[in-house]
Amino acid sequence: MVQKDKSVTIPDEWFKPKGKNSDKIETVVRPSLSYWKDAWRRLRKNKLAISGLIFLIILTLFAIFGPIFSPHTVTQTNLPNQNQAPSAEHWFGTDEMGRDVFTRTWYGARISLFVGVMAALIDFFIGIIYGGISGYKGGRTDTLMMRIIEILYGLPHLLVVILLMVVMGPSLTTIIIALTITGWVGMARIVRGQVLQIKNYEFVTASKSFGAKTPRIIRKNLLPNTMGPIIVQMTLTVPSAIFAEAFLSFLGLGIQAPFASWGVMANDALPVILSGHWWRLFFPAIFISMTMFAFNVLGDGMQDALDPKLRG
Amino acid sequence: MAVYIVKRFFMMIATILIIATLTFFLMHSIPGSPFDEERTTNPTIQANLEKYYKLDQPVAVQYVYYLKSIVTFDFGPSIKKPNETVNSLLARGFPISFELGMITILVAVISGVTLGTFAALRHNGFIDYMAMTFAVVGISVPNFVLATLLIQQVAVTWQLLPPATWSSPLHMILPTLALATGPTAIIARLTRASMLEVLTQDYMKMARAKGLTPFRIVVRHALRNALMPVVTIMGTMLAGILTGTFVIEKIFAIPGMGKYFVESINNRDYPVIMGSTVFYSAFLVFMLFLVDIVYGFLDPRIKLHRKDGDV
Repeated sequence: MVQKDKSVTIPDEWFKPKGKNSDKIETVVRPSLSYWKDAWRRLRKNKLAISGLIFLIILTLFAIFGPIFSPHTVTQTNLPNQNQAPSAEHWFGTDEMGRDVFTRTWYGARISLFVGVMAALIDFFIGIIYGGISGYKGGRTDTLMMRIIEILYGLPHLLVVILLMVVMGPSLTTIIIALTITGWVGMARIVRGQVLQIKNYEFVTASKSFGAKTPRIIRKNLLPNTMGPIIVQMTLTVPSAIFAEAFLSFLGLGIQAPFASWGVMANDALPVILSGHWWRLFFPAIFISMTMFAFNVLGDGMQDALDPKLRG
Repeated sequence: MAVYIVKRFFMMIATILIIATLTFFLMHSIPGSPFDEERTTNPTIQANLEKYYKLDQPVAVQYVYYLKSIVTFDFGPSIKKPNETVNSLLARGFPISFELGMITILVAVISGVTLGTFAALRHNGFIDYMAMTFAVVGISVPNFVLATLLIQQVAVTWQLLPPATWSSPLHMILPTLALATGPTAIIARLTRASMLEVLTQDYMKMARAKGLTPFRIVVRHALRNALMPVVTIMGTMLAGILTGTFVIEKIFAIPGMGKYFVESINNRDYPVIMGSTVFYSAFLVFMLFLVDIVYGFLDPRIKLHRKDGDV
């Protein structure tokens, strides 16, 4: 096989179009990430936030199932067994009435988590309605609604809460009412700021031009796009509500005996510190602190994950 | 500026009026008379008592008296403590609470700003991680928990410092520590964040190019600009500290206003509750007002006399 001339011959088939493969160039190989998936991916890298999340999941499980593991009930008194140090029988010791601190700690977790989550949820509903209307309507309505908020914002919250508790009498419901009466203001401000920013985007104008009514625009266009900062605010509301409940219980305005909350337990432990009954204070104290810590780092992590623009 | 101050002043008055009214009607919505528990079966004594506290008058008249008492700063007698007036309790307790609050905020600002500045200067370094860990822990531990833990460890177990009262500088260390940790942590985080932002600005390069000493660059050029956010939260932070004194004073048996306030809550001494709530609120709202004005003077970029309509 000797070639007659030195010019290179290129087979004709080399010049055939690539054919079917050409449309694959444009395909996205990796699965597309929604905003939430992307946020979750960022959050997962934040070890501190994830350990906070895991702690909260475990705490929730213990709050629900913890008392089952204990042969004692939350209110069962046993005077001969008062102020016992932690032992195989009473894992966290007993208090001055002989009640089991282990069981009471998980009841305290129920109260704290319930108050925190309820306060955050109610703040959320009032906040998005008030803030949504104020930001969306704009103009004079907005000015008036914001004036009201500015005045409310100037009130010393904990004082108002204390006052409300004195008037309504201490109970779980009144704590939540008192906390939300003062607490929704911050949420409303955040929602309004977000709505003000988003309502001028093109997709809202497009929605309007198709004849969408205001409630639909708020529900379908504005709220989903303001969710990031709102969820962060909710996560950070929970620890402050937990703190407020413990603070009120500590002042004697919270949950009443014989039921337990961490604030009540810490308050009851105060007179016996000098006698060396450290477990009375240690367990409620460590659990309040760790729960608030977990919510705080989770909130911080979610802020970083949901709002990448803010990252320094 | 003057327009802004006047406007802000009237808003302050409105806030105080709202809280005063709220306090009054909330307290009057509680069923029963404050004397129900007492064994004064004699109706004449009852009537005399009610007359003394003006409880026999219609609510509207009482409200006017009440507003007058706020303006003239005379909150009337205590119900549960004979021979005491709300004013005398305030005069005795408030200076101590004020002292505790002021020392706390001083400690919090100095240590928080120092911590935040060093953290920002060593961004992502060891000091930064330590400071930020301290900050999150500091925010998470409630002040009353910290206070009781401090008493248990420092005062009882190690016997280093006295566990209670407010009689000497040595006695002040633990309460101040307990109350200042939270605010210190908040200030440290805030200072660090705004310091990190300021450090990237062009005028920082300019300052370095001029050959200024690092100390001068940080203090005169960076810190001065980075402290603005700290000034803005001072008002609300002060509110947190002053309400924090309630529990701290209870735990450390400090005879401040917080102790009387908690006492009055527990034995339902309505005039004292009303008087101290209004007094404290007015004080805090006034502080918020001052902080806003100071902020306006400190930051020349902010135009305080905005047009009507935008917030």
